[in-house]
Amino acid sequence: MVYSYYPGCTLKNTAKELDECGRISAEALGFTLEEITDWQCCGGQYTSGKDEIVTKLSSVRALDDAKKSEQDLVTLCSACYNVIKQTNNAMIEDSDMQMKVNNYLKLDEPYKGETSVYHFLEVLRDKVGFDKVKEAVKAPLKGKKVGAYYGCLLLRPGKVLQFDDPENPKIMEDFIKALGGTPVIYNMRNECCGGYTILEDTDAAGRNTSKILLNAEDMGADFLITACPLCQYNLMQNSLSEKTPIYYFTELLAHALGLREKECFK
Amino acid sequence: MQKIGVFVCHCGTNISATVDVKKVAETLGKEPGVVYSTDYQFMCSSSGQNLVIDKIKELGLTGVVICSCSPRMHEKTFRKAADKAGLNSFLLEMANIREQDAWVHKNREEATLKAVALARAAVAKVHLNTPLTPGSSDVNKRALVIGGGIAGMQAALDIADAGFKVDIVEREATIGGTMTQIDKTFPTLDCASCILTPKMVDCEQHENISLVTKSEVDTIEGYVGNFTVKIKHKAKYVDPDKCTGCGLCIQKCPSKKVPDPFNLNLAPHTAINITFPQAVPLVATIDADNCLMIQKGKCGLCATVCPADAINYEDKDSIEEKKYGAIIVSTGFKPISLHNFDEYAYDNSPNVVTSLEYERLMSATGPGKGTVLRPSDGKHPKTIVFQQCVGSRDTSGRGKTYCSGICCMYTAKHAMLTREKYPDTDVYVFYTDVRSPGKGFDEFYRRAVEKYHVHYIKGAIGKVVPMSNGNLQIQASDLLMNEQLHIEADLLVLAAAMEPDKSAKPLAQKLTASMDNDDWFTESHPKLRPVESPTAGVFLAGACQGPKDIPQTVAQAGAAASKAIGLLIKDKLQGNPCVAHSDENMCNGCSQCANVCPYGAITYEEKDFRMPDRTTLVRRVASVNPAVCQGCGACTVVCPSGAMDLFGFSNKQILAEVDALCL
Amino acid sequence: MDKNKLLSEQVQRNSGVDVSKCMRCGKCTATCPNYDLMEYHPHQFVNMVENDKLDVLMKSSSLYLCLNCFACVERCPRGVEPGKLVEAIRLEAVRQKENNHLKPDQIVEKLTEGMPQQAITTAFRKYTK
Ligand SMILES: Cc1cc2nc3c(=O)[nH]c(=O)nc-3n(C[C@H](O)[C@H](O)[C@H](O)COP(=O)(O)OP(=O)(O)OC[C@H]3O[C@@H](n4cnc5c(N)ncnc54)[C@H](O)[C@@H]3O)c2cc1C
Ligand code: SF4
Ligand code: SF4
Repeated sequence: MVYSYYPGCTLKNTAKELDECGRISAEALGFTLEEITDWQCCGGQYTSGKDEIVTKLSSVRALDDAKKSEQDLVTLCSACYNVIKQTNNAMIEDSDMQMKVNNYLKLDEPYKGETSVYHFLEVLRDKVGFDKVKEAVKAPLKGKKVGAYYGCLLLRPGKVLQFDDPENPKIMEDFIKALGGTPVIYNMRNECCGGYTILEDTDAAGRNTSKILLNAEDMGADFLITACPLCQYNLMQNSLSEKTPIYYFTELLAHALGLREKECFK
Repeated sequence: MQKIGVFVCHCGTNISATVDVKKVAETLGKEPGVVYSTDYQFMCSSSGQNLVIDKIKELGLTGVVICSCSPRMHEKTFRKAADKAGLNSFLLEMANIREQDAWVHKNREEATLKAVALARAAVAKVHLNTPLTPGSSDVNKRALVIGGGIAGMQAALDIADAGFKVDIVEREATIGGTMTQIDKTFPTLDCASCILTPKMVDCEQHENISLVTKSEVDTIEGYVGNFTVKIKHKAKYVDPDKCTGCGLCIQKCPSKKVPDPFNLNLAPHTAINITFPQAVPLVATIDADNCLMIQKGKCGLCATVCPADAINYEDKDSIEEKKYGAIIVSTGFKPISLHNFDEYAYDNSPNVVTSLEYERLMSATGPGKGTVLRPSDGKHPKTIVFQQCVGSRDTSGRGKTYCSGICCMYTAKHAMLTREKYPDTDVYVFYTDVRSPGKGFDEFYRRAVEKYHVHYIKGAIGKVVPMSNGNLQIQASDLLMNEQLHIEADLLVLAAAMEPDKSAKPLAQKLTASMDNDDWFTESHPKLRPVESPTAGVFLAGACQGPKDIPQTVAQAGAAASKAIGLLIKDKLQGNPCVAHSDENMCNGCSQCANVCPYGAITYEEKDFRMPDRTTLVRRVASVNPAVCQGCGACTVVCPSGAMDLFGFSNKQILAEVDALCL
Repeated sequence: MDKNKLLSEQVQRNSGVDVSKCMRCGKCTATCPNYDLMEYHPHQFVNMVENDKLDVLMKSSSLYLCLNCFACVERCPRGVEPGKLVEAIRLEAVRQKENNHLKPDQIVEKLTEGMPQQAITTAFRKYTK
């Protein structure tokens, strides 16, 4: 199976691990991430204003590209997933938006939300199947207690994203189980890390991430995994607690599939 | 030649404010066949009715048209008046110029034109009306009560006291319903068992009441006065006639980890079990899924110890058919599942419970034997937080749009009882509004605040984080202080919205009774017929019709019983003469009508027909059982040969109405 | 018409939020993770828009401290979606002349080692027109 892959700007820079581990794991699991040519940055956050047209264009270009190649669009980064999926939804639900965006883009054929958008984790769950992932694991994470950190971008707004139960998700927990680890459920796992407000007030992120990490540690997590570079950065930089490392979920996957050696997971 | 009278009602100003009633009366006076036309302030008043009676007699009217409200409201009233005057009541028609005209239009001129049109249509119909006489049918003098909660029990007792036989069909092993799970009851704080168990025993001992437990209604056929009901008895594996309720088997049963729905899974029970010590009937039943003997063929301990030889591992489900004249539905309610509300961590912490679970935690027959203990570790909780309105008044799609009505009161009860018993606990209640309109209810809630010093906070909980030691970090708002609060609590109690029992919907389909969008049974009229379902002979009692507390439930159950008694006491019931009939000469026996009839009123017979050439032809033709037909008219629409027609609503009459409206 | 009133209508239209649906339960404010840093809280945004206090909100620092985390949007029992309202007001604020909240030359001082591009692009999208 070949998917149109939208990497996003951060995965080409500070979050190379998230990208590379994702691609090689995909190959090992029998699917290919084919990078969309000439993709542009999604902007990092969806702008919900109904009159926000320009901020939707880069996402629609990527969606239209996937449509032309008759492929589903896959992302690894939570933020890109959130922006592109919400944009796609607006192109279906909001006829005014659809008209204005198409007037602007002048595509060969108007884009009307035809492409399906998936996060890599959804591909593992719904297309590959976690049982198949489990079979492919070569270095199971025996005895490791892993906390999944979802943040907000994978889950909310729940009605649009339909990723998982936004208040008690389990996709990453099932992922951890498939890799042979023990998931640790802690309720702060779907609370915000502080996001982009670090540029406004570093304090904000610090307070939020400390609460998240303290809760994860209290419930017994050895380390956390995330799908979002900004979450990872905020959790690592601003937290008062420094005991708990934070990895990208694809790093864990590549390691378990025997594609990468890494000290910490041993 | 017809002599028709037209009477136009003002309905106070309900109609006359929008419709020029004088003009309507005047215009209708000029219609062919109309010999009298007038307007009047209140046609339904006794002087209004007398006006109709007098004019029928004085002018020898052959037909009457009343232009007023919906026939649902007053058709019976006016038809009775016509009867009194000696005019066959089916020669009277109503034109609905209130609900279908005055109330939905603003422009007076247009509304007046519409009133005239509607009245003309009614006149056109009356021209073709024929006198009809209703047939009659017998009444079976036995009532069926479905659901043995406090509502069903009260209704059954009242009907039984009036001298009629009643069967209570209850799904569980004991009657009593939700009240059996409640500890004490607002607003008087008397113990639920103390007021409930005597009634349960009364039901068991009443000579006119039969308790049919562990049973459900399978199918329902027939009509008011003559229902045929198949009841499914689920296997109990214990012979209720032999079992004495001694409980020896329970002590010996080795399968001890069976989930106990009575204790809402807060504690386990044994595979053979009596729901609780005061259960009625006091007999054991076996949970087959968890019985070692039934599942694996190994064990049989209970049969060995039973002194009454009551155990029967071979027991099977069985079906019984019975006849009833009236049915009371009292299937009650359930709290909604909170799996959609995990910001409160219900699924992730045993110390987050629903209010009904809290009743079990407080109850003397509950897992703590009357001492409130934290489910995670059995510690005595020091800080208990309550959140009202969980899933109620919710238009986001996650919960129910309505107010569940009783949560404010039972939360005040819980808070007060907790502070009374454990004065060292801190109790917080988060509320959106406190709704306490019952008698003594607001005083009750204020007592919680003023005397028991419960912290009532206008605000909400936004996020709950369980910690490894079992405590809960609660983040909440206090709107009056404009603060965000962080409380570390031992226990969180969620007042989950009420919803109808899951079995209500399939049951409503079997009864052809109607429900609202939330699956509560609907009453015939929200104000004037609150305990009757729109299906004749089916009455509603208790929380199956909407959220209710015990006083309201008992009052409604009594009312439903009196309606049922009013029906059972009759020897004969007048039927509806507006039933279908088929013209044998036109019927080609295609069966389409029988296929669509929702009541099974149409059968076929082979009949001999004399042909013009003196030969005899045997033909298959439809025939309608007038006692079963409800006059819905489905058959008349599908009949391809025009043989099916409805008395009182014949194709001709309806076309005449349409012509009058359109031409 | 009063400027405040016009703005109030504009932000409701642009966000799709109907403030009259709010039943004043306070769950949005209870769930807001940035409560302590914000001058006005989600339920106040809803209430103040209903009462046309747009001039006050347009000047508030809360516009730039809302995390856009959508906790309030997800959990409001009436489907009011306060976070979308905050967003619509912020859009009005930064679209005003010379009112970009973040200037490109400020970035250099704010940039730290390893800060993901995502943080900067998002801040630009949120703080500038
Ligand atoms: C936590 C809590 C605390 C409360 N505290 C109080 C209080 O202090 N004071 C007060 O006045 N009220 C209180 N109430 C309300 C009270 O419980 C109800 O008013 C009352 O139980 C309604 O009685 P009911 O008979 O209509 O329904 P239920 O009690 O629900 O009984 C329905 C019965 O029907 C049976 N049934 C359902 N479906 C079928 C079927 N298809 N076939 C056969 N049987 C069926 C059920 O098994 C059950 O036995 C409280 C409610 C809750 C949730
Ligand atoms: S959560 Fe919704 S209903 Fe409650 S105060 Fe906030 S906006 Fe209003
Ligand atoms: S979206 Fe903004 S206002 Fe709403 S909860 Fe998050 S930070 Fe608070």
